[in-house]
Amino acid sequence: MTNHWIDYKNSDVFMNIGGNTAENHPISMKWIEKARETKGAKLIVVDPRVSRTAAVADLYVPIRPGTNVAYLGGLIQYILANKLYHKEYVENYTNATFLINEGFKWDDVTGLFEGVQDNPARNAKGYNQATWQYQRDEEGNVRKDPEMRDPNCVFQIMRKFYAKYSLDNISKITGAPKDVLEESYKLFASTGQPGKAGNIMYAMGITQFTHGAQSVRSVAVPQLLLGNIGIPGGGVNAQRGQANVQGACDMGMLYHIVTGYMPTPQQAAHATLADYNAATPGGYWANRPKFMASMLKAWWPDLRPEQSYPFLPKLDGTDHSHIASYKLMGEGEVKGMICWADNPAVSGPTAGAKRQYQANLDWLISVDLFENETAAFWQKEAGANPADIKTEVFLLPGAAGYEKDGTKTNSGRWIQWNWKAQDPPGDAKSDLWIADRLFKAVRAEYEKGGVFPDPITRMNWDYGDEADPERVDKEINGYDVRTGALYTSFGQLKDDGSTACGSWIYTGFFSDPANPACKKRIKETQGIGSNSNWSWAWPLNRRIVYNRGAADPSGKPWNPDLPLFRWDGTAWQRNDVPDFNAAIPPEDSAKNAFIMTAEGHARLFTQGLNDAPLPIHYEPAESPVANLLYPQATYNPVSQRFYPPTEHTVVNDEERARYPYVITTYRVCEHYQSGIMTRNIPWLNETMPELFIEISEEMAKEKDIANGDTVTIESKRLFNNGEQKGIVAKACVTKRLKPMTINGDKVHVVGMPWHWGYAGMAKGAITNDLAPSVGDPNTTIPEYKAFLCNIRKGGKLA
Amino acid sequence: MTKSILIDTSKCMACRGCQVACKQWNQLPAEQTTFTGTYETPPSLSTHTWMKITFNEVEEGGKVKWFFGNQRCMHCTDAGCMISCPAGAIYHTEAGTVAIDEKKCIGCNYCVANCPFQAVSFDRATNLPFKCTFCLDRTSNGLQPACAAACPTGAITFGDRNAMVSRASMRVGQLKDAGNRNATIYGLEEVNGTGMLYVLADKPEHYSLPADPQVPFGARLWGVLFKPFRIFVVLAVGLGLWANRAQVKEVEEAKKAQKSSQGVK
Amino acid sequence: MKLSRRDFLKLSGASAAAASLTSVGFNGVAEGAFQPVRINYAKEVHTICTFCGVGCGIICHVRDGKIINAEGDPDHPINEGSLCSKGSSIFNLSYVYDSKGNFKPNPKRLTRPLWRDKYSDKWVEKDWDWMFERIAQKIKETRDATFEETVQVGGRTVTVNRTNAISWLGSAFCTNEENYLFKKIARGLGMINVDHCARL
Repeated sequence: MTNHWIDYKNSDVFMNIGGNTAENHPISMKWIEKARETKGAKLIVVDPRVSRTAAVADLYVPIRPGTNVAYLGGLIQYILANKLYHKEYVENYTNATFLINEGFKWDDVTGLFEGVQDNPARNAKGYNQATWQYQRDEEGNVRKDPEMRDPNCVFQIMRKFYAKYSLDNISKITGAPKDVLEESYKLFASTGQPGKAGNIMYAMGITQFTHGAQSVRSVAVPQLLLGNIGIPGGGVNAQRGQANVQGACDMGMLYHIVTGYMPTPQQAAHATLADYNAATPGGYWANRPKFMASMLKAWWPDLRPEQSYPFLPKLDGTDHSHIASYKLMGEGEVKGMICWADNPAVSGPTAGAKRQYQANLDWLISVDLFENETAAFWQKEAGANPADIKTEVFLLPGAAGYEKDGTKTNSGRWIQWNWKAQDPPGDAKSDLWIADRLFKAVRAEYEKGGVFPDPITRMNWDYGDEADPERVDKEINGYDVRTGALYTSFGQLKDDGSTACGSWIYTGFFSDPANPACKKRIKETQGIGSNSNWSWAWPLNRRIVYNRGAADPSGKPWNPDLPLFRWDGTAWQRNDVPDFNAAIPPEDSAKNAFIMTAEGHARLFTQGLNDAPLPIHYEPAESPVANLLYPQATYNPVSQRFYPPTEHTVVNDEERARYPYVITTYRVCEHYQSGIMTRNIPWLNETMPELFIEISEEMAKEKDIANGDTVTIESKRLFNNGEQKGIVAKACVTKRLKPMTINGDKVHVVGMPWHWGYAGMAKGAITNDLAPSVGDPNTTIPEYKAFLCNIRKGGKLA
Repeated sequence: MTKSILIDTSKCMACRGCQVACKQWNQLPAEQTTFTGTYETPPSLSTHTWMKITFNEVEEGGKVKWFFGNQRCMHCTDAGCMISCPAGAIYHTEAGTVAIDEKKCIGCNYCVANCPFQAVSFDRATNLPFKCTFCLDRTSNGLQPACAAACPTGAITFGDRNAMVSRASMRVGQLKDAGNRNATIYGLEEVNGTGMLYVLADKPEHYSLPADPQVPFGARLWGVLFKPFRIFVVLAVGLGLWANRAQVKEVEEAKKAQKSSQGVK
Repeated sequence: MKLSRRDFLKLSGASAAAASLTSVGFNGVAEGAFQPVRINYAKEVHTICTFCGVGCGIICHVRDGKIINAEGDPDHPINEGSLCSKGSSIFNLSYVYDSKGNFKPNPKRLTRPLWRDKYSDKWVEKDWDWMFERIAQKIKETRDATFEETVQVGGRTVTVNRTNAISWLGSAFCTNEENYLFKKIARGLGMINVDHCARL
C-alpha cells in the first residue's frame, strides 16, 4: 500500500477492483464508512459477482474474470479522451512529457511490442527493449516536450495506444453494460480535480493472472493521470491478505530477492560484489551497495563484504518460484522441503499434481499449529497409499500469533509489536525457537565437517540460548560494527564494511531498545490520521509514500484541508516524513518527486517489466473468447510455459466446448487461506461449514441444479490418461452471479472459495486442484483468478 | 436509563464479527452445521446461538441486492415471553431489556412459544430458555455489548435509547434522500417498542423481520387469567410442560419452514 | 407518540405492568450490575490479529497463564476495538467450549513433534532433540550430495554456493524476526528454491 488503512477516511471515491475488502479486510470498511459518512465518499466495486463488498457499494460494475486491464485501460482512455487528468501533476511529476525512441511501436493485430524475440529458456517470447527507451540529448538528458504534443512523447503514445479501449469495445470484452461502465469511469475520473482524492484498492484479483504485473500497472497509470499518488486519501493500495505477508517480503522470503528488495545475485551478471554493484540502478537505489554491504556484514561479521559475498547463493538464470520448485520436485531434483506455516498442497495451483510430486521427496519438514494437508499427503485421506510413499515427514508444533513475541508488518507498512499472551500448548514452540534450534543443529553437523561449511559455520548467530526476538530486531535494524550503536536511518549505512544491517528499509524501527519505535502506542486524536506515534512505518516512519505528490511544485497542498506538506517560504510544514529532499526549495524537489526512479518521475510508460511498457489487455491463459483488441494475440506472450500448453491448458475450440465456463476463486470472510487455522476453529466452521460453488440461477436452470445440490467441477488439470476427474462441492445458486454477454455471446461465470482440504475439523475438496500452473512473466504468480471448467450435476462429497 | 442497540443495516457488510464475538464473550459452543445453499448459518437461533446475521437476495428493476439482517431477542416492551411466563421469571431490567431469572424459571418454555420473533430457545438439558442478554454483564460495567464492540462499520451501536432514536431518524432521512423509498426505523412501534432498533433501507421482510409482529393472543389471555393465581400455575407446571412440548416443536418447525420459504437465501 | 411512550413506560414499573398485562413487571435492577465481569482482574496483553494484513489490535485477557477472552483493542487506532468474524475467533485456536460452556484445549492443536517414517502409515511422537538431530542430518545429506560450489560462466569461475535440491517456504503468518532467520538459514545453506505464500 502506498497509503494506509486510516488514511482511507480521506478519500472521495473508492474503487475496489480485484479485491473484496468487506470480506477479506473487513476493518477497512470502518474507514470507508467514515469517508462516506463524513464527506459523502462513493464506493465503486468492480467484481464478477456481487460480493459482500459489492452489496454495500454505491456502484457495482460486473466484469468477466481476467479483464481488469481492459476495464482499467478503458478508464485511461476515458480520462485522456475527456481531458479529465490532473494536468499540472501529470506534466510535472510523471514521464508524460518524455520522448520515447522513434523506433518504438506495437502491432495492433498480434498485441506484440517492438523488439519481440524468442526466449527458449522460458519456452515463450521475450523482448529486446532497445526501442522502449527515452530519447536523450548529447549530454544524456532525456528529451521532453513540455507541451506534450510531440507524437513520440509518452502522453501522445498513450493517446494513440488506448484509442481503441473505447466504451463499446470494453463493454464487449468485460461484459459490463456500457452505461454502468461510463458511470464508473466518470465517477472515478472526478478525482482528477486538484483537491480530490481517489483510492484504488485491490488484492489478488488484480495480481493472480498471467498478466498480473500489467494489471497492477493498469491501476497505477490512471492514479498517476488523476494525481492520486502521494496524496492523503489516494494511492495504489494493494491490500495485503495475510498478517505479515508484507514483512515476510521485506525480509526477502522470495527466491528473486534478498532482504529489503535487493535482487538475488545472478551467476552470469553478479559473479562478484563489484559486478553486483556495477549493476546498481539510479534514483535512490544508487545507495544499494551500502545496503548490500551492510546485510553481508550482518550475516558474516568477521569477513569483509567482498569476501562474504560469494557465500550468497547465485541464481542460475531460471525461475525458482513456487511453480518452478514443485516442477523440479516432480522431476526428482528437489529432494527435501521445509514449509514454515505454509500449506502448498492446498494453496498451490494444480495442487493434486503437486501432492503427487511430494512423494518424490526424501524428507519433508512442516511447522504448523495443526496437522495440514502438505504434511499429511501420504495418508489414505489424501488418496495416497502410505506403503508406497518413501518420504520421511517431520511435523513440528508451532505457536499461535499470541503465543509469541515479535513484530508483524501490516499492509500500510506499520511494523507493530505483538506481545505474547500465553505459552503454546505442550511442547509446541514458536517458529523463532524452532528456527534457532534447527540452525544450531545444522551448524553442529558442519562443525564436524562437510561440503563448503564456511557460510554456515561463520554465520553470525547470536540470539541467546532461547532465541530472543529483540536481539534479532537489533540486527535487522542495523548497527555500527565497531561500537554496536544502533542506527536511526539507513542514511547512516556505508559500503565499506563498517556498518551492519539485516534489512535496510527497517532501519530505525528498533534503534532505541529501551523504547523501540515499533512498540509505540500513542494514538492520534486529531489530524489527518497519520498516527506517527503508533508503531513505526517503513521507510523512516513514512505513512504515505511518494508524498512529494501531495503538494504542487510551489509547495502548496493540492487540498488545503488535508495538508501533508506546506512550504511556508523557508521550510516545509509537515504532517508526514518527506519522501523527497526537504532541504531544497520546492521547485527543485518537484523535479525529482519520485526519488526511487532514476529519472525522478513516475512512469506512465515503463522499461522495467518483461512484457509491456504500457498496460495491455491480454486474455488469461484459458479464455472462452479471442482477444477482441488484438485478434491474433495469445495469452501474455512472454509468460513462461512451464508445462506444454497443449497438455496443461485449454487451447482449442474443441476443448473450450468441453470446459465452457469461466471460473474464478476467492476467499470468504470466515476462513483464511488454505484453512488450516480456520477449519480448526469451530465457531468459523459453524458459519462457513463446507466448500461451495456459486452459480447463476440461469445456469442452474440449464443444468437442472437446485440450491444445495452437489455438483462436480472438472478442469483440464484433472484430465489424465484419458480419464476425467473432478472435485465435488455444494451448489450455491444465486442471483449475485449472472451470465455475461461477451462480444454478443453468452458466457457463464462461476466462483469458488478455496479454503478446504482433507485435514482438520472441517473437510472438503481442494479447489486449487483445478487451477493451471501458469504464471505472470515478471513474478510467476499463478493464474488462480480466471480459467475454464466444466460442471456436472451430482457427485460424492469429499 | 433505557438502553438500545441500534442496527444500521445500511452499514452492515455481514462480516459476522458480531455473531462470533457473541459466542466468544458468552462462551457459547459452536454448532454443527452444513451448507444449505446460503451463507446464513446456523439456520436458526438456538440455545447456543443468540444472534445471527440473515442473508436475503432480492432482485428489483434489474438490480440485485443482498440484504443483511440481524436476528436476536428484540427486548420488547410488550414481551410475549414475559407476558406468558407463569413463573414471573422474565422481567424488564432497569436498562429496559428483557432478562430471564434462571432461579425462578420452572422450565415450561411458554416463552419460547410466545415470542413473535422466535428468539427464545429452550435447552432440554438444563430445562432453561436462552436468548440475547444485551450483554448486561458488560454494559453494567461500562463495556459495550460484545456485538457492538466488534462491529467494524458502526452498523451496531449501543447507547441511551433517545440518542439511538435520534441517530436512527437521521440515518433514515439520509437513506430516503439517497433514494431508498422504503427506508424506515423498525422497533419504535412494533410490539409497543423494542430494545433493539433498526435502520432498514428497505422492507422488514428483506431483513427476515416480521412486518407486523404480534404477541399471540393466547399469551395475553394467559397473562390476564392466571395473574392472580400464580401459585396454581406453578402447581400446574406439569400440565404446562406437557402442553408446551407440542408447541415448541411447532415453533421449531416454523423456524425451519420460514427458512425454506425464503428460498433459503 | 409511541416513541416517547415506550420510554415513559420504562420509567414506570406500574404502567409497564399494566400495559403488558402481566404482574411480573419491573424488577428495577439490572442483574448484571452485581455480576463481576468475567475479565475482571485478568491481565491484558496486546497482540496483533493473526489473519489479514489490516493489523488489528486484539486484547487477550489472561488469567493463570491462560487466555480467557480475546476481543478488539479499543485503543488501537486502526480497528478501534472492532474485529471481523475471524479476528473474533482466535480464542478457538487454543480453546473450544463444550456444550456446558466449559473450555477445553482445542483437540486438534499439535502439542508434540511428530515423525512419520518412510512407508509408515502413522505419526510417532518424538522429542525435540531427536527431531533436530535427524533433521540436521537429512538437510546436510541432501545439501552435500547436490551442492554446487562453483560453476563456469563464460570462462570465468563463479562461486555460486547453492543446492537446487531443497525447497524452502517461509510464511506470511510468521513474524519478521522469524522470517529474517528463515532467510538467513536458507541463504546460508545455499538454497535457491525459496518462496512463501505471497506468491500463492
